[in-house]
Amino acid sequence: MRYAMAIDTRKCVGCSDCVVACQTENNVPVGFCRDWVTEVVEGTYPNVSIELRSERCNHCDNSPCVRCCPTGASHIEEGGVVLVTHHKCIGCGACIQSCPYKARYSHPEGYVDKCTFCIHRVREGLDPACASVCPTKCIYFGDLDDPNAKLVTVLKNRKFKSLAPEAGTKPQIFYLL
Amino acid sequence: MKEELFVSGRSIPNIDPNLNIWHWQIPMYLFLGGLAAGILFFAGVFTILGKEHKMRATVKMAPLVVPAALVVGLFMLFLDLKHKLFFWQLYTTIRLESPMSWGAWVLMLITPLSILWAASYLTELFPGWDWRYKVLKDFEGWLIKNRVSLAWPMTILSVILGIYTGILLSAFNARPLWNTSILGPLFLVSGMSTGAAVILLMSKDHKERKIIGRIDILLIIIELFLITHLLMGYQAGSEAQINAAALFLGGSFTAPFFTFVVLLGLILPALLETMELRGWSVPVIIPALLVLAGGLIFRFLMVEAGQLTRYLY
Repeated sequence: MRYAMAIDTRKCVGCSDCVVACQTENNVPVGFCRDWVTEVVEGTYPNVSIELRSERCNHCDNSPCVRCCPTGASHIEEGGVVLVTHHKCIGCGACIQSCPYKARYSHPEGYVDKCTFCIHRVREGLDPACASVCPTKCIYFGDLDDPNAKLVTVLKNRKFKSLAPEAGTKPQIFYLL
Repeated sequence: MKEELFVSGRSIPNIDPNLNIWHWQIPMYLFLGGLAAGILFFAGVFTILGKEHKMRATVKMAPLVVPAALVVGLFMLFLDLKHKLFFWQLYTTIRLESPMSWGAWVLMLITPLSILWAASYLTELFPGWDWRYKVLKDFEGWLIKNRVSLAWPMTILSVILGIYTGILLSAFNARPLWNTSILGPLFLVSGMSTGAAVILLMSKDHKERKIIGRIDILLIIIELFLITHLLMGYQAGSEAQINAAALFLGGSFTAPFFTFVVLLGLILPALLETMELRGWSVPVIIPALLVLAGGLIFRFLMVEAGQLTRYLY
């Protein structure tokens, strides 16, 4: 089992519904976010291209945050999901330094917090909050080892990229181009 | 033109727009840890060589500073933690992949060792000192008898501690400025140089000052070589590392780095120490304080600048 996400940059309209859904579902404190939407504009009018990306923790296969954590609070759960055990975290900030994606933040209560792939929903057979609310259905969440998953089909039929693969992290969020 | 913006809005404290999660506590700690490592290294080596009577300040006096430096350094690390009451979780596990974990364990070993070392010289340095209880006196006797056996682990641990202050930073792939293996040796050499500076400040013996002064000049030359190597390494690296080096080669850190670290913190003290060896009279306090200030500023600049560097995608 290997959970992953494919996000269609051609279907995303940048409405930020995924961001609000995540904040609501996970009680993210005001002023913080576990996912966010980046808009990259290239060129000058009239030759302009826009890429919209809903970004979050990449739940990397080779996760630097898990490697550098001195207490083992950052760890890998079933399906490759990277999680933080709050009562083991000392808030040293090493994992925040180690993440090339700025996906982690220091929660006002002291521990480090991040996207959990809504593992509490996934365990009940639901999609993560961001994927389930997306009005254009551009977020495909699923198990890479399940040949029938929609995620696997789109990754087979479309070109895709991941972010900063040169960092060696083996990210598991794929952006369909 | 290429423009990137967060359309969902994003301004997380200490993370946006630039990472700033580590503040003054970390460079302070790196400085104190390096300085302590340097002093303990010299104390250990000269004890193993059997020179403790010739090198009084190195072996006996300067190590008195170390427990204080380490305890203050550890307190700085504690101040940096955001989930402070859980700090003991560090000592529930050993994670060899995490430099911070084995660094915490090395500190756990070397801090008590440095306290024992300093305590074993108290009666000799302060003739009025009295341990009062027989147990303590016996223990002191045992420490004095086993100094060489203590010097070995202390020297080895001090090298690990010195390198660790650099590896703590260089282990972060995501920060291109830090992600170079030169940083370990560079911080070790710089820490030893600051340790030598403390010894120079405390020593009253001309011969001892001459030996430590010579060692310090050599350390500074190695440091200058490593810094050149560091900057050349970035320039020959990936785009992320070229951008990182640009901060020091024309960017906003160029002036403070070359003025306070390279010129005033390395080249000038090396010149002054050489002049003293040649028979000029230079107050030792000047090169020693310059080395200390340079080492401290170097760590502040590296921690600050490193957090500005990142992968672009």
